[in-house]
Amino acid sequence: MQFALLIFESSEAFAARSGDEKDPYLGAWRAYYKALVEANIYVGGNPLQPPETGTTVRLRDGKRRVQDGPFADTKEQLGGFTILELPSLDAALEWAARCPAAAIGAVEVRPVSPEYRRRVTG
Amino acid sequence: MSGNAQENSERSTHRTIERVARESYGRLVAYLSSHTRDVGSAEDALSNALVAALETWPQNGVPQNPQAWLLTAARHSFIDLVRHQQVAEASEPTLALLREESKEMTLSLEFPDERLKLLFVCAHPAIDPAMHTPLMLQTVLGLDAARIAHAFLISPATMGQRLVRAKTKIRDGGIQFEIPQERELPQRLDAVLEAIYAAFGIGWDDMAGVDQRGRDLAEEAIWLVRVLLELMPKEAEAHGLLALMLHCEARRAARRSPDGRYVPLSEQDCQKWSRPLLEEAERHLGEASSRGRMGRFQLEAAIQSVHAERARSGKIHWNAVMMFYEQLIRISPTLGTRTGYAAAVAEAKGAEAALAALDSIAPDDVSAYQPYWAVRAHVLQQLRKTPEALDAFDRAIGLTEDPAVRQFLLQRRG
Repeated sequence: MQFALLIFESSEAFAARSGDEKDPYLGAWRAYYKALVEANIYVGGNPLQPPETGTTVRLRDGKRRVQDGPFADTKEQLGGFTILELPSLDAALEWAARCPAAAIGAVEVRPVSPEYRRRVTG
Repeated sequence: MSGNAQENSERSTHRTIERVARESYGRLVAYLSSHTRDVGSAEDALSNALVAALETWPQNGVPQNPQAWLLTAARHSFIDLVRHQQVAEASEPTLALLREESKEMTLSLEFPDERLKLLFVCAHPAIDPAMHTPLMLQTVLGLDAARIAHAFLISPATMGQRLVRAKTKIRDGGIQFEIPQERELPQRLDAVLEAIYAAFGIGWDDMAGVDQRGRDLAEEAIWLVRVLLELMPKEAEAHGLLALMLHCEARRAARRSPDGRYVPLSEQDCQKWSRPLLEEAERHLGEASSRGRMGRFQLEAAIQSVHAERARSGKIHWNAVMMFYEQLIRISPTLGTRTGYAAAVAEAKGAEAALAALDSIAPDDVSAYQPYWAVRAHVLQQLRKTPEALDAFDRAIGLTEDPAVRQFLLQRRG
């Protein structure tokens, strides 16, 4: 089964990305990525640019609405995602707990939906 | 009564209810469910009784024998629940039995302690081993599913469902409330001890290796093994398990520096270890060894005892640690044991020998086992194999859940 780990981070965590090579958060992420790859469960993923770089589009009553930034205005914002191949939700939660973002932000675990994917892609 | 005094008295009544609930929860659930095997209904009945206590005790005062009061209230509720649930004819023997006992109960306030049977039911081979510990925590100690779920890193709803499923299996699967026969006893007792140990969550003392499972439940696990010892005071391994847990618990305050950093066992300030807990641990280890039957938990406790000895002698006898691990591997060759052995070898015989011990473990088994990588990183660093050491550090850091341990390893990695 594939699971998406949705990484939610605070503005401090986004700011820490510009730190140097010795930044502990960067070091933790490098190590985490290595552990995922070595455990043979890493499928893919990417960090996202900070939320202020986002632009949200909606069509309402035929009118375009464009908004600077992300849709939700909460303390923690989506900062990236990782897709893992794992046997169970239990295993996915275990890997989510090890994610460096779990200790300062939040990690949401969602199963990927292959059924709906099949219906969409045909 | 003034408003304040009334509030105080209500608060004290609530505290009494909490205490009575905690102390008698397991006894009442065990007793109510032992005839019907219906643990779920017994728990529901008891929580109804507790609600009734919360309503009436603050007004009428705490009854003279709170436990007996709860049992009577729970019994009435239990009869109602069973009557609603089951087809009348099927439940008739149960109801007759309950009515019968109800009469006795009014005469005597004593009722048999069936918790030991309940412990054996929770760790029955027909129940999913992953549910042994959660079942014990809920039925014997009354912990709610959400609290158990947090400790086991499972969503509260899922934990709730799994607990219900396990209790249905107990009720419908013909699992008997009984003490296993002598022939089966050692193996069945192992399962009980194993489940209690799983609640404790250990491994934090080995080379920044942390096995996070259930670490919030240390006190509950100690409570459980005390219950077990009350009922089986002669079991060497139960004493061994309590000794092991008390040794680890004694170091709780020393495990972090004042600014929250992780402190490995060999660098801990012995002054911060709890002397009463260590003394109690030693008493139980002595009690266990006087029984003349060595076992896994006694060996693990003995290893902890060698570490505790540093408080007196100022040094760690790594040879002794290594020898205890050698015996332990013979009984229980788990990843944890073999990793702990390698860590002891590193100190007793040197890094080269430790690396050989680590290399003897199959790589597939350790791809997600943090303590192995922490020890490996330490050993490779001692051997000055820098690129391999950095790689092992990364694996250990990437597998770490505890931010303090992650920080510690990042610093060691350099």
